[in-house]
Amino acid sequence: MSPAAAWTIIRISIAERLVYRGDFALSTLMRFLPIVTQVFLWAAVFSALDAAGRPAEVAGFSYHEMIAYYLLTMVARAFSSMPGLASGIARDIRTGAVNKYLIQPVDMLQYLLLHRIAHKLVYYSIAIGPFALVFLLCRGFFPGWPDAEVLFAFAASLIMAFLLGFFLESTLGMIGFWFLEVNSLLFVYMLFAFFFSGHMFPIDMLPAGIAEIVRLLPLQYLAYFPAAVFLGKVSGPQLWQSLAVEGVWIVFLAVSGRIAFARGVRRYGGYGG
Amino acid sequence: MTAAIEIKGLTKSFRVYQKPEGLRAAVAGLFRRRYRHVEAVRGIDLTVAPGEFVAFLGPNGAGKTTTLKLLSGVLTPTAGEARVLGHIPWRRENAYRRRFALVMGQKNQLWWDLPAAESFRLHQHLYSLPRDEFERTRDELAEMLSVAHLMQQPVRELSLGERMKMELIAALLHSPEVLFLDEPTIGLDVVAQHNIRAFLRDYQQRRGVTIVLTSHYMNDVAALCRRVVMIGQGRIVYDGALDGIVERFGGHKVVTLHVSESWSAGLLRGLGELLSFEPPRARLRVGRADVPVVLQRILAAGQVLDLSVEDPPLEEIVAAWFSAERSAAAALSGGGERGEGEA
Repeated sequence: MSPAAAWTIIRISIAERLVYRGDFALSTLMRFLPIVTQVFLWAAVFSALDAAGRPAEVAGFSYHEMIAYYLLTMVARAFSSMPGLASGIARDIRTGAVNKYLIQPVDMLQYLLLHRIAHKLVYYSIAIGPFALVFLLCRGFFPGWPDAEVLFAFAASLIMAFLLGFFLESTLGMIGFWFLEVNSLLFVYMLFAFFFSGHMFPIDMLPAGIAEIVRLLPLQYLAYFPAAVFLGKVSGPQLWQSLAVEGVWIVFLAVSGRIAFARGVRRYGGYGG
Repeated sequence: MTAAIEIKGLTKSFRVYQKPEGLRAAVAGLFRRRYRHVEAVRGIDLTVAPGEFVAFLGPNGAGKTTTLKLLSGVLTPTAGEARVLGHIPWRRENAYRRRFALVMGQKNQLWWDLPAAESFRLHQHLYSLPRDEFERTRDELAEMLSVAHLMQQPVRELSLGERMKMELIAALLHSPEVLFLDEPTIGLDVVAQHNIRAFLRDYQQRRGVTIVLTSHYMNDVAALCRRVVMIGQGRIVYDGALDGIVERFGGHKVVTLHVSESWSAGLLRGLGELLSFEPPRARLRVGRADVPVVLQRILAAGQVLDLSVEDPPLEEIVAAWFSAERSAAAALSGGGERGEGEA
């Protein structure tokens, strides 16, 4: 695809996103509400521990670290979450809208990636205000700015979280070529992702056996890993090694998505009309 | 001159899950699924020369749209070969995709919430069209279809007819050499249908593109296509001129006469199958071979003020053929089926 075509897709996707800007801005702001409940929840947990005379630490996280962790996973999810990607692909397969990627000289995965980049850019431009405010108000929970190396790794982990999320969900959406109704399957995936990505709580809190399995899965890179990097829970050679493993996962999922698409199209029924 | 489209033995069958009715059957279906093989296209052979305007005619489910989808690479065939402009469609090479277009009357390919101009701009870049060439083509097409003033309006706010025109422009921006049109006038009012038809005829004559069209409206076909391919149950049953259909499938002529008051319905019934009798006008259906004899008997029977002999309307012939086809299919227990299987 030519750079001009790529830019046009991004530009048009942004324009499309801005059509319903009111609805979009409201839903963006609403996402910040759960922060308040989370802060109160962990405050209650840690004060109970304190009252019982137990060490004020859960799975190696202090109260302040836990809140910082939660806020950082929100940043990670802002990169890795792909609302409507998998279900959108499955819907396009079911309704036959996928035809246009077969007829026109455009690659579906490239197109969707650019489309998603555009959506993320619009999201960040609106969400950056509330994010800045929340971090400013909660700055007391953070130990301070990490060094340049960690900041660089953190930035890399966010961009890679975006790519991993995209290729994971787009590959899941391809299941629509085999099973027309994939929503319940996607629901199960979302449930697993919620717990095992570290979005709900740090994966260190999981029972030892399960935590070990979860560390072998790519889901941790969607939320846990960037936050752990920022808080210095992963450091030294282990940090770069983990990033390399994440890179391998991204390539693996991108290739899987391509193979699934190529095979899916062969058995595709071209539904509708 | 080589053919624009060449098809040999093209076949496509689908496996369709038979969803059972009722809860118990649905649960059983989780374990043993019943499938039906539907042969949508069964061994089609067809050659279309460059610059031809061909119509696919046939009842719903005859295989017209499936054939168009095979030719545009949306579907991969079960067996057989096809080449369009020398390309195998289902390889979906960009070199081929830049040379053809498919317009589906029931599908929207434009960005719903944005003005059509934005979708056109995207097409310019996807098809790598030079800017001035793109703008010239766009403005020329918008002019021909008289929608230049609507290009900045969100597509969702256009009428169905206006949207169809925009779809056509989007499909023609890259000046395709082959154009597939699936029901381009479906759901449009008579005026809009007429406009689209006039445009297509004009455009085809100017550019000499090869067009394959499917339509339910005989008017579309009669106005546009010299060659008609009739498809029934996945096979080609007729390939030739439109007029030929009348000779091949229309075994009757319609005799219309204006008669004096002395004529009765009983007298008319003796001459042929009486279609209608609203004095002084009567319409009779007469076998082709019997026409000369019947005319002599009419003139001998009494005073006739006016008389004409015509072929029945094409629409009627095709409709009669379609329904005959359908009942034949029903007699063979369910159309394009070929046995049931479990998987």
